Amino acid sequence: MATIIVDNRSYTVDERKNLLAACLGVGLNLPYFCWHPAMGSVGACRQCAVKQFKDDHDPSGRLVMACMTPASQGTRISIDDPDAKAFRASVIEWLMVNHPHDCPVCDEGGECHLQDMTVMTGHVYRRYRFPKRTHRNQSLGPFIRHEMNRCIQCYRCVRFYRDYAGGRDLNVFGAHDALYFGREQDGTLENEFSGNLVEVCPTGVFTDKTLFQHYTRKWDLQSAQSICSHCSLGCNTTVGERYGIVRRIMNRFNSQVNGYFLCDRGRFGYGYVNSDKRIKRALVRPALDRTKPAQPEGVPQVLEIIGERLRRVRGIIGIGSPRASLEANAALRSLVGPQQFFLGVDEQEHRLLSTILSILRTGPVPSASIHDAEQSDAVFVLGEDLLNNAPRLALALLQSVRQQPMERVDELKIPRWDEAAVCNAVQSRRGPLFMAGHRQTWVHEYATDSYFAAPDDIARLGFAVAGRIGPDAPSVPDLTNDVRDLAQRIADALTRAQQPLIIAGTGSGSQATIEAAANVAWALHQHGKQTRLSFVVPESNSVGLALLGGGRLHDAFDSISQQKADTVIVLENDLYRRAEQAKVDAFLETAQTVIVIDSLEQRTAAHADVLLPAATGPESDGTLVNQEGRAQRFYQVFVPDGDITDSWRWLRDLARAKSPEADGVTGVATWNTFDDAVSATAATASELARIGEVAPPASFRVVGQKVPRQPDRYSGRTSMLSHLTVHEPPPPPDPDTPLGFSMEGYRGPLPSPLISQFWAPGWNSIQAVNKYQDEVGGPLRDEMPGLRLIEPVATKAPCWFTAIPPAFQPTLHQWLFLPLSAVFGGEELSNRSPAIAERISEPFLSLHPSDGARLSLEDQVTIELALQGMTYRLAVHLESSTPMGTAGISLGYDASGVRVPVWVDLFKAIKTGHRRRVA
Amino acid sequence: MKPLCYIHDLLLGLWIVFKRTFTKPVTVQYPEERPYLPPRWRGRIVLTRDPDGEERCVACYLCAVACPVDCIALQATDNPNAHERRYPEFFRINFSRCIYCGHCEEACPTNAIQLIPDFEQSEYARRNLIYEKEDLLISGTGKYHDYNFYRVAGVKTRDKDKRQGEHELPPVDVRSLMP
Repeated sequence: MATIIVDNRSYTVDERKNLLAACLGVGLNLPYFCWHPAMGSVGACRQCAVKQFKDDHDPSGRLVMACMTPASQGTRISIDDPDAKAFRASVIEWLMVNHPHDCPVCDEGGECHLQDMTVMTGHVYRRYRFPKRTHRNQSLGPFIRHEMNRCIQCYRCVRFYRDYAGGRDLNVFGAHDALYFGREQDGTLENEFSGNLVEVCPTGVFTDKTLFQHYTRKWDLQSAQSICSHCSLGCNTTVGERYGIVRRIMNRFNSQVNGYFLCDRGRFGYGYVNSDKRIKRALVRPALDRTKPAQPEGVPQVLEIIGERLRRVRGIIGIGSPRASLEANAALRSLVGPQQFFLGVDEQEHRLLSTILSILRTGPVPSASIHDAEQSDAVFVLGEDLLNNAPRLALALLQSVRQQPMERVDELKIPRWDEAAVCNAVQSRRGPLFMAGHRQTWVHEYATDSYFAAPDDIARLGFAVAGRIGPDAPSVPDLTNDVRDLAQRIADALTRAQQPLIIAGTGSGSQATIEAAANVAWALHQHGKQTRLSFVVPESNSVGLALLGGGRLHDAFDSISQQKADTVIVLENDLYRRAEQAKVDAFLETAQTVIVIDSLEQRTAAHADVLLPAATGPESDGTLVNQEGRAQRFYQVFVPDGDITDSWRWLRDLARAKSPEADGVTGVATWNTFDDAVSATAATASELARIGEVAPPASFRVVGQKVPRQPDRYSGRTSMLSHLTVHEPPPPPDPDTPLGFSMEGYRGPLPSPLISQFWAPGWNSIQAVNKYQDEVGGPLRDEMPGLRLIEPVATKAPCWFTAIPPAFQPTLHQWLFLPLSAVFGGEELSNRSPAIAERISEPFLSLHPSDGARLSLEDQVTIELALQGMTYRLAVHLESSTPMGTAGISLGYDASGVRVPVWVDLFKAIKTGHRRRVA
Repeated sequence: MKPLCYIHDLLLGLWIVFKRTFTKPVTVQYPEERPYLPPRWRGRIVLTRDPDGEERCVACYLCAVACPVDCIALQATDNPNAHERRYPEFFRINFSRCIYCGHCEEACPTNAIQLIPDFEQSEYARRNLIYEKEDLLISGTGKYHDYNFYRVAGVKTRDKDKRQGEHELPPVDVRSLMP
């Protein structure tokens, strides 16, 4: 720590920071544009000028850029010095010379860093009355709007897009005062993290196109913490709502999870909440007659009908969901009983999840958060397509390759925040990142070595690496020379690292790769390394569901077909995504009563005898457990219309309807508030015991007050409902959380899950997050970053996994079908969002060119493929990265029913006569 | 002494009444007789149009946030196929809450929302005091005749390309290397 003197007051700061970060960290206001806590300093905008003095006898001092000056011991500066103030005011006046007068129609207005900084410098009156520069805008796809007139040339966009997120199609063009930040020509921004430009851009050059379509200012958004439900990473988001419509998603800083950035699926995937395919009313078939379509019915009547049926049934089974909250699943488990509760995941996923859990429970190596992944100095990915299955983790890996070259930077005594100097010192050096998989993405450009092979071969590589690292780990004898050398290189790189990270997952459907990853991690642990393991799982609460525990899906099918039960409750799940169509059809047909609780119309819901409208994430409270084993709370943002309510409340009502007499009621029927649900859920499994500590309980108050979800300048209170009623109904009560659906309540420092939006006096933009941290870029004050439920207890590796698969052998007629997921289109809910839907690519089949030649298929032809009883129309992609003898299948929207990996005879499966050249 | 005081007050009162009998009364016979209201009188709120006849309101929400009684609610929308301008999808003022403070007019960056010298808004039912956009939008420019936001804002609309506004240079040719 160092002591610096700012305007004759001394502060203790971290000497590894620059002056700007140090000043912001101690709560001082200093304007800046080009600096970003995650991207370091380049000193481009000259806005953070302060006066530095040699010592206390130095009368004149000199102007320095705070972001480019280290906060070394005894540094004496002045922010309030008249020269520094005048300098900063001049800089902003120059920037404003060409800035247009369009704040009223600018989507950034009201949360604009440029507005904030302009006010902060005191430049309140424009003297410039002459012509302004203009630019042509570009059409940048469904996510981002472009208005280049507003640009202030801070370079943050290209530094984020190209240097941080690995994008290639955004750049800076032109010269002098005519710089242009955009693409070479109009077109969709291809990078999966392009949405962060909205937050990174200090002004309105890049704005959220989905927000534009139903534009609302920041001050009108009712907001609360949410956890992204579109992949297993559990990134924290802030959801904003107005007039019952979710308006946008912004990143919510969590030092352990997503930091400052989100992926585009998470940011723009919210449209499903506003979808016209939402189920809004409780529906029931008249007299539960299968031949009649379900009709809307009043909730009491529906519950009466169900209650009567439930009292007479032979047995009820419940099918849970990896995308529903822990509480909803626990409610179903309590209603039907643990023996009749089945995880709503397919067979293979069930097996892989249990393997992953047992590895994390019994092994000595802890799971990695995204933050850990960023800090890792060597990474080995086994068979997981991170960019498409867990995009934010792929972004973390792009940062991890910067870790090892930092040794050189430290050697040269370059401060790590000095981005330009760091880049110069690092040049093209990258830390070790080994990626083994069956599909190539642009992230492979960052890999030290890439290995494209079938899952069995990838597992063998993993086992071979483990065998080389751990002396007693099983090794693979019969490897080819290439693979042996590669295994040696990987083993060497991992043993040299301090914090190696091994990543695997369920994405390729291979148990062996997961076991191999565990072996590698455990072998590294034997070497005394701070090893971490990360397993990517399919959905937002897959791990939570597995922790809760339940039967397999085929047992559920059996219990109906064997007449052990005749009624099934399906919770937020489309079974057609989990098993083959014929099986699901038979199951739903045989079951006497099918009760479905879900939020969107889907195929299982279409078979429901009783359909109950469930609340989506932003409409309910709940706890999700991410792939790391971190439990996080999401809060209800707004009260939905119609009969929509939390799934656990429906299940509670079903339980009450089942046994209407008040005495002797147990289990879910006794739950009244969300806290009841949490404490009952915590009691179901020992690992869930602490989920109540994830966020403050509903009784939490500050000075006796609840916490408002609405900002203090929320407008239109007395007229937003006045066309319906002039009586101004009171805000809806919220018995479940410490938050209120109102503007009234406590405003001030809060535990992080309760912060509605990041906002501080003078800091209206998302950059206000600085004001919530003790140290810029560090954890939030009073941060509750979620609770890790699985920590290793073992100190030694349990017995090694020894089931080394034989090498993959391509066969003459059969191809091993492997799943290819897609960042846009690979997830059920985000697919229903219009912006994401625009980015979903056509379904395709990926083959090795030589396999394509054998099948006499050319690149880009369309084929019809019969697979597991369905016929799919697919484009053929011939890619040399697809392992020979395998075929990658990406079904886009329709990612359902198809069980892969599976061996398929392509000569038979491809219907001839339908081969057609695509233009 | 007291009776004397009473008599004095009585006579004084009579004298004042007598004197006023010969002065002009200040009351007017409203509604037959209309008072003069200055143009900047803060009465009924209207939404005006720019000199080209397009809606001036760009749905920036500043009037709504400036309103101390929160009686303005609106929703922005945009029709890229029509005039490519942002405008309010709905615009509602609850006049039963309005205090005619004029903050909305002061906040308005486009001179769209204006308070006019009309105070005759009394209704028997409160719901009749809820004014929607069609009740608010007038055909003229109101008090400010010349101002057209899109002429000075720099953004492109259907009727105005970049460079066609005031103080706008032609769009930059990024491929040019000329100094």
